[in-house]
Amino acid sequence: MKIVCNGKEKEVRDGLTIEELIVDLELNPDTVVAECNGAIVLRPDYPDRQLSEGSVLELIRFVGGG
Amino acid sequence: MIHVNEVPRQFKPGLKISDLAGEIKPDADLFIVNGHPVSPSLVLEDGDSCWLIRKGEKPSAEELERLLYARHTPGVHEKVKNASVGIMGLGGLGSLVAVALARVGVGHLLLADFDLVEPSNLNRQQYFIDQIGEKKIDALKDNLARINPYLLIETIDGILTEESIPLLFNEVDVLAECFDGAEMKAAAMRCALGPLAGKGFVGASGLAGYEDCNMIRTMKIRERVYLVGDNETAARPGRGLMAPRVGVAAHHQANQILRLLLGVP
Repeated sequence: MKIVCNGKEKEVRDGLTIEELIVDLELNPDTVVAECNGAIVLRPDYPDRQLSEGSVLELIRFVGGG
Repeated sequence: MIHVNEVPRQFKPGLKISDLAGEIKPDADLFIVNGHPVSPSLVLEDGDSCWLIRKGEKPSAEELERLLYARHTPGVHEKVKNASVGIMGLGGLGSLVAVALARVGVGHLLLADFDLVEPSNLNRQQYFIDQIGEKKIDALKDNLARINPYLLIETIDGILTEESIPLLFNEVDVLAECFDGAEMKAAAMRCALGPLAGKGFVGASGLAGYEDCNMIRTMKIRERVYLVGDNETAARPGRGLMAPRVGVAAHHQANQILRLLLGVP
Protein backbone atom coordinates (compact mmCIF):
# COMPACT_ATOMS: atom_id res chain seq x y z
CA MET A 1 0.00 0.00 0.00
CA LYS A 2 0.99 3.62 -0.43
CA ILE A 3 1.29 6.17 2.36
CA VAL A 4 2.63 9.74 2.44
CA CYS A 5 5.49 10.16 4.92
CA ASN A 6 6.84 13.70 5.48
CA GLY A 7 5.40 14.82 2.16
CA LYS A 8 6.80 11.92 0.12
CA GLU A 9 4.86 8.95 -1.23
CA LYS A 10 6.16 5.66 0.16
CA GLU A 11 5.31 2.04 -0.62
CA VAL A 12 4.97 -0.02 2.58
CA ARG A 13 3.64 -3.47 3.47
CA ASP A 14 -0.03 -3.80 4.42
CA GLY A 15 -0.83 -3.43 8.09
CA LEU A 16 2.46 -1.76 8.96
CA THR A 17 2.34 -0.08 12.37
CA ILE A 18 3.85 3.29 13.22
CA GLU A 19 6.30 1.52 15.55
CA GLU A 20 7.46 -0.80 12.75
CA LEU A 21 7.83 2.04 10.25
CA ILE A 22 10.00 4.06 12.65
CA VAL A 23 12.16 1.01 13.42
CA ASP A 24 12.48 0.29 9.66
CA LEU A 25 13.82 3.85 9.31
CA GLU A 26 16.48 2.89 11.89
CA LEU A 27 15.19 5.41 14.40
CA ASN A 28 14.31 5.02 18.09
CA PRO A 29 10.51 5.36 18.45
CA ASP A 30 10.97 7.05 21.85
CA THR A 31 12.65 10.00 20.11
CA VAL A 32 10.19 10.42 17.24
CA VAL A 33 6.95 12.41 17.25
CA ALA A 34 4.29 10.98 14.95
CA GLU A 35 1.27 12.74 13.56
CA CYS A 36 -1.13 10.62 11.50
CA ASN A 37 -3.79 12.28 9.33
CA GLY A 38 -3.40 15.52 11.28
CA ALA A 39 -3.66 14.09 14.80
CA ILE A 40 -0.83 13.47 17.25
CA VAL A 41 -0.33 9.80 18.12
CA LEU A 42 0.70 9.10 21.71
CA ARG A 43 3.85 7.02 22.22
CA PRO A 44 2.09 4.01 23.86
CA ASP A 45 -0.12 3.70 20.75
CA TYR A 46 2.74 3.33 18.21
CA PRO A 47 2.84 -0.52 18.33
CA ASP A 48 -0.91 -0.89 17.79
CA ARG A 49 -1.55 1.92 15.35
CA GLN A 50 -1.70 0.40 11.84
CA LEU A 51 -1.29 2.58 8.79
CA SER A 52 -3.72 2.25 5.91
CA GLU A 53 -3.74 3.08 2.21
CA GLY A 54 -3.32 6.85 1.81
CA SER A 55 -2.35 7.54 5.45
CA VAL A 56 -0.58 10.89 5.75
CA LEU A 57 2.19 10.64 8.31
CA GLU A 58 4.46 13.36 9.68
CA LEU A 59 7.47 12.19 11.68
CA ILE A 60 9.74 14.55 13.64
CA ARG A 61 12.95 13.02 14.90
CA PHE A 62 14.78 14.42 17.93
CA VAL A 63 18.44 14.06 18.92
CA GLY A 64 19.79 14.59 22.44
CA GLY A 65 21.76 17.51 23.86
CA GLY A 66 20.86 20.69 25.68
CA MET B 1 17.12 69.67 25.21
CA ILE B 2 19.45 67.21 26.94
CA HIS B 3 18.72 63.80 28.47
CA VAL B 4 19.81 62.89 31.99
CA ASN B 5 19.47 59.19 32.86
CA GLU B 6 17.07 59.01 29.88
CA VAL B 7 14.84 61.83 31.26
CA PRO B 8 14.55 64.94 29.01
CA ARG B 9 15.66 68.24 30.54
CA GLN B 10 15.98 71.79 29.27
CA PHE B 11 19.44 72.77 27.96
CA LYS B 12 21.23 75.75 29.54
CA PRO B 13 24.37 77.09 27.80
CA GLY B 14 27.55 76.84 29.90
CA LEU B 15 26.20 74.11 32.19
CA LYS B 16 28.87 71.66 33.42
CA ILE B 17 28.10 68.00 34.07
CA SER B 18 29.17 68.53 37.72
CA ASP B 19 26.53 71.34 38.05
CA LEU B 20 23.93 68.90 36.79
CA ALA B 21 25.09 66.27 39.29
CA GLY B 22 24.86 68.85 42.09
CA GLU B 23 21.20 69.41 41.24
CA ILE B 24 20.11 65.83 40.52
CA LYS B 25 22.54 63.32 42.02
CA PRO B 26 25.15 64.89 44.33
CA ASP B 27 26.76 61.52 45.19
CA ALA B 28 27.47 60.68 41.53
CA ASP B 29 31.11 59.68 40.99
CA LEU B 30 30.98 58.66 37.31
CA PHE B 31 29.85 60.96 34.51
CA ILE B 32 28.97 59.55 31.08
CA VAL B 33 28.16 61.81 28.15
CA ASN B 34 27.09 60.34 24.80
CA GLY B 35 28.44 56.97 25.82
CA HIS B 36 31.88 58.06 27.05
CA PRO B 37 33.22 58.73 30.57
CA VAL B 38 34.05 62.45 30.97
CA SER B 39 35.61 64.77 33.55
CA PRO B 40 33.27 66.61 35.97
CA SER B 41 34.28 69.95 34.40
CA LEU B 42 32.92 69.05 30.93
CA VAL B 43 30.61 71.77 29.56
CA LEU B 44 27.46 70.24 28.09
CA GLU B 45 26.13 70.92 24.61
CA ASP B 46 22.55 70.89 23.40
CA GLY B 47 21.40 67.36 22.54
CA ASP B 48 23.82 65.60 24.90
CA SER B 49 22.76 62.35 26.56
CA CYS B 50 24.10 62.16 30.13
CA TRP B 51 24.30 59.45 32.75
CA LEU B 52 25.06 60.30 36.38
CA ILE B 53 26.18 57.16 38.16
CA ARG B 54 27.14 56.25 41.68
CA LYS B 55 29.51 53.29 41.27
CA GLY B 56 28.10 50.09 42.75
CA GLU B 57 24.63 51.55 43.24
CA LYS B 58 21.68 49.58 41.84
CA PRO B 59 19.37 51.63 39.58
CA SER B 60 15.74 51.86 40.75
CA ALA B 61 13.04 49.89 38.94
CA GLU B 62 11.97 53.14 37.21
CA GLU B 63 15.51 53.98 36.08
CA LEU B 64 16.10 50.48 34.72
CA GLU B 65 12.77 50.57 32.94
CA ARG B 66 13.65 53.92 31.32
CA LEU B 67 16.95 52.41 30.20
CA LEU B 68 15.30 49.35 28.62
CA TYR B 69 12.61 51.55 27.11
CA ALA B 70 15.24 53.78 25.52
CA ARG B 71 17.23 50.79 24.23
CA HIS B 72 14.30 48.99 22.60
CA THR B 73 12.46 49.79 19.42
CA PRO B 74 9.23 51.63 20.37
CA GLY B 75 6.46 49.26 21.41
CA VAL B 76 8.79 46.39 22.30
CA HIS B 77 9.30 47.10 25.98
CA GLU B 78 5.61 47.17 26.97
CA LYS B 79 4.94 43.88 25.18
CA VAL B 80 7.85 41.93 26.65
CA LYS B 81 7.37 43.41 30.13
CA ASN B 82 3.84 42.00 30.28
CA ALA B 83 4.79 38.62 28.79
CA SER B 84 5.42 35.29 30.49
CA VAL B 85 7.70 32.52 29.22
CA GLY B 86 8.17 29.00 30.58
CA ILE B 87 11.58 27.33 30.29
CA MET B 88 11.79 23.55 30.65
CA GLY B 89 15.32 22.47 31.55
CA LEU B 90 18.03 24.85 32.75
CA GLY B 91 21.14 23.39 31.13
CA GLY B 92 23.11 24.86 28.25
CA LEU B 93 20.01 25.87 26.34
CA GLY B 94 17.65 26.86 29.15
CA SER B 95 20.11 28.89 31.22
CA LEU B 96 21.09 30.93 28.14
CA VAL B 97 17.52 31.40 26.94
CA ALA B 98 16.66 32.69 30.43
CA VAL B 99 19.59 35.15 30.47
CA ALA B 100 18.73 36.49 27.00
CA LEU B 101 15.06 36.96 27.88
CA ALA B 102 15.93 38.60 31.22
CA ARG B 103 18.21 41.08 29.43
CA VAL B 104 15.46 41.83 26.92
CA GLY B 105 13.15 42.49 29.89
CA VAL B 106 10.59 39.68 29.64
CA GLY B 107 8.60 40.38 32.80
CA HIS B 108 7.75 36.87 34.00
CA LEU B 109 9.83 33.71 33.68
CA LEU B 110 8.77 30.27 34.93
CA LEU B 111 11.90 28.08 35.25
CA ALA B 112 11.81 24.29 35.70
CA ASP B 113 14.62 21.86 36.51
CA PHE B 114 15.36 19.06 39.00
CA ASP B 115 19.15 19.13 38.81
CA LEU B 116 22.14 20.59 40.67
CA VAL B 117 25.00 22.65 39.21
CA GLU B 118 27.92 20.27 38.51
CA PRO B 119 31.49 21.09 37.47
CA SER B 120 30.86 19.56 34.00
CA ASN B 121 28.11 22.14 33.39
CA LEU B 122 30.48 25.10 33.46
CA ASN B 123 31.74 24.53 29.89
CA ARG B 124 28.51 25.97 28.50
CA GLN B 125 25.89 26.78 31.13
CA GLN B 126 25.25 30.16 32.77
CA TYR B 127 26.46 29.25 36.26
CA PHE B 128 29.58 30.12 38.21
CA ILE B 129 32.18 28.01 39.95
CA ASP B 130 30.99 29.10 43.40
CA GLN B 131 27.50 27.76 42.58
CA ILE B 132 28.55 24.10 42.22
CA GLY B 133 26.16 21.96 44.25
CA GLU B 134 23.32 24.52 44.27
CA LYS B 135 19.98 23.73 42.70
CA LYS B 136 19.93 25.10 39.16
CA ILE B 137 16.58 26.82 39.76
CA ASP B 138 18.05 28.74 42.72
CA ALA B 139 21.42 29.50 41.11
CA LEU B 140 19.83 30.78 37.90
CA LYS B 141 17.27 32.85 39.81
CA ASP B 142 20.16 34.54 41.66
CA ASN B 143 22.05 35.17 38.43
CA LEU B 144 19.01 36.64 36.68
CA ALA B 145 18.38 38.93 39.66
CA ARG B 146 21.90 40.31 39.19
CA ILE B 147 20.93 41.25 35.60
CA ASN B 148 17.46 42.60 36.34
CA PRO B 149 16.14 42.43 39.92
CA TYR B 150 12.70 43.68 38.92
CA LEU B 151 11.54 40.62 36.95
CA LEU B 152 9.14 38.06 38.40
CA ILE B 153 11.02 34.74 38.39
CA GLU B 154 9.12 31.64 39.51
CA THR B 155 10.54 28.14 39.70
CA ILE B 156 9.39 24.53 39.53
CA ASP B 157 11.62 22.02 41.31
CA GLY B 158 11.14 18.54 39.88
CA ILE B 159 11.09 16.20 36.91
CA LEU B 160 8.61 17.19 34.21
CA THR B 161 6.54 14.58 32.37
CA GLU B 162 4.38 14.53 29.25
CA GLU B 163 1.38 14.56 31.61
CA SER B 164 2.53 17.41 33.88
CA ILE B 165 3.80 19.84 31.21
CA PRO B 166 0.36 20.95 29.94
CA LEU B 167 -0.85 21.53 33.52
CA LEU B 168 2.22 23.41 34.79
CA PHE B 169 2.72 25.67 31.75
CA ASN B 170 -0.88 26.32 30.75
CA GLU B 171 -0.69 30.02 31.67
CA VAL B 172 2.55 31.09 29.92
CA ASP B 173 2.54 32.91 26.57
CA VAL B 174 5.43 30.91 25.11
CA LEU B 175 7.11 27.68 26.21
CA ALA B 176 10.79 26.87 25.58
CA GLU B 177 11.82 23.20 25.40
CA CYS B 178 15.42 23.07 26.62
CA PHE B 179 15.70 19.44 27.71
CA ASP B 180 18.83 17.37 27.25
CA GLY B 181 17.27 13.98 26.44
CA ALA B 182 15.71 13.28 23.03
CA GLU B 183 12.80 11.35 24.62
CA MET B 184 11.65 14.41 26.60
CA LYS B 185 12.17 16.66 23.59
CA ALA B 186 9.75 14.43 21.67
CA ALA B 187 7.32 14.33 24.61
CA ALA B 188 7.31 18.14 24.85
CA MET B 189 6.65 18.48 21.11
CA ARG B 190 3.68 16.09 21.46
CA CYS B 191 2.35 18.45 24.17
CA ALA B 192 2.83 21.45 21.86
CA LEU B 193 0.98 19.78 18.99
CA GLY B 194 -1.66 18.20 21.25
CA PRO B 195 -2.93 19.59 24.57
CA LEU B 196 -1.06 22.90 24.29
CA ALA B 197 -1.96 23.55 20.62
CA GLY B 198 -2.12 27.29 19.92
CA LYS B 199 0.46 28.22 22.55
CA GLY B 200 3.84 29.49 21.36
CA PHE B 201 6.46 26.74 21.55
CA VAL B 202 10.16 26.73 20.63
CA GLY B 203 12.12 23.46 20.93
CA ALA B 204 15.68 22.50 20.00
CA SER B 205 17.36 19.42 18.49
CA GLY B 206 20.85 19.01 17.04
CA LEU B 207 23.45 21.35 18.53
CA ALA B 208 26.35 19.23 19.79
CA GLY B 209 29.98 19.34 18.68
CA TYR B 210 31.71 22.00 16.61
CA GLU B 211 30.22 21.60 13.15
CA ASP B 212 29.38 24.70 11.14
CA CYS B 213 27.13 26.99 13.22
CA ASN B 214 25.26 27.95 10.03
CA MET B 215 23.69 24.47 10.00
CA ILE B 216 21.61 25.56 13.00
CA ARG B 217 18.29 26.98 11.81
CA THR B 218 14.88 27.95 13.16
CA MET B 219 12.25 25.77 11.48
CA LYS B 220 8.51 26.35 11.61
CA ILE B 221 6.69 23.11 12.45
CA ARG B 222 3.19 24.51 12.80
CA GLU B 223 1.56 27.87 13.48
CA ARG B 224 3.38 29.21 16.62
CA VAL B 225 5.46 25.98 16.94
CA TYR B 226 9.17 26.08 16.06
CA LEU B 227 12.20 23.80 16.27
CA VAL B 228 15.79 25.07 16.37
CA GLY B 229 18.93 23.08 15.49
CA ASP B 230 20.56 21.10 12.70
CA ASN B 231 18.34 18.01 13.40
CA GLU B 232 21.45 15.80 13.19
CA THR B 233 24.26 16.25 15.68
CA ALA B 234 23.32 14.35 18.82
CA ALA B 235 25.46 14.62 21.93
CA ARG B 236 27.48 11.40 22.25
CA PRO B 237 30.93 10.28 23.36
CA GLY B 238 33.38 12.01 21.04
CA ARG B 239 30.94 14.79 20.22
CA GLY B 240 30.18 16.75 23.34
CA LEU B 241 28.10 19.81 24.01
CA MET B 242 30.13 23.01 23.75
CA ALA B 243 29.40 26.64 24.52
CA PRO B 244 29.47 28.11 20.99
CA ARG B 245 26.92 25.90 19.20
CA VAL B 246 24.72 25.48 22.27
CA GLY B 247 24.79 29.28 22.57
CA VAL B 248 23.86 29.76 18.91
CA ALA B 249 20.90 27.39 19.31
CA ALA B 250 19.78 28.98 22.60
CA HIS B 251 19.81 32.43 21.06
CA HIS B 252 17.88 31.18 18.02
CA GLN B 253 15.31 29.99 20.56
CA ALA B 254 15.32 33.28 22.49
CA ASN B 255 14.93 35.29 19.28
CA GLN B 256 12.03 33.16 18.07
CA ILE B 257 10.39 33.50 21.49
CA LEU B 258 10.78 37.29 21.22
CA ARG B 259 9.25 37.22 17.74
CA LEU B 260 6.27 35.24 19.05
CA LEU B 261 5.81 37.68 21.94
CA LEU B 262 5.91 40.64 19.54
CA GLY B 263 3.41 38.98 17.21
CA VAL B 264 5.74 38.67 14.22
CA PRO B 265 3.93 36.32 11.81
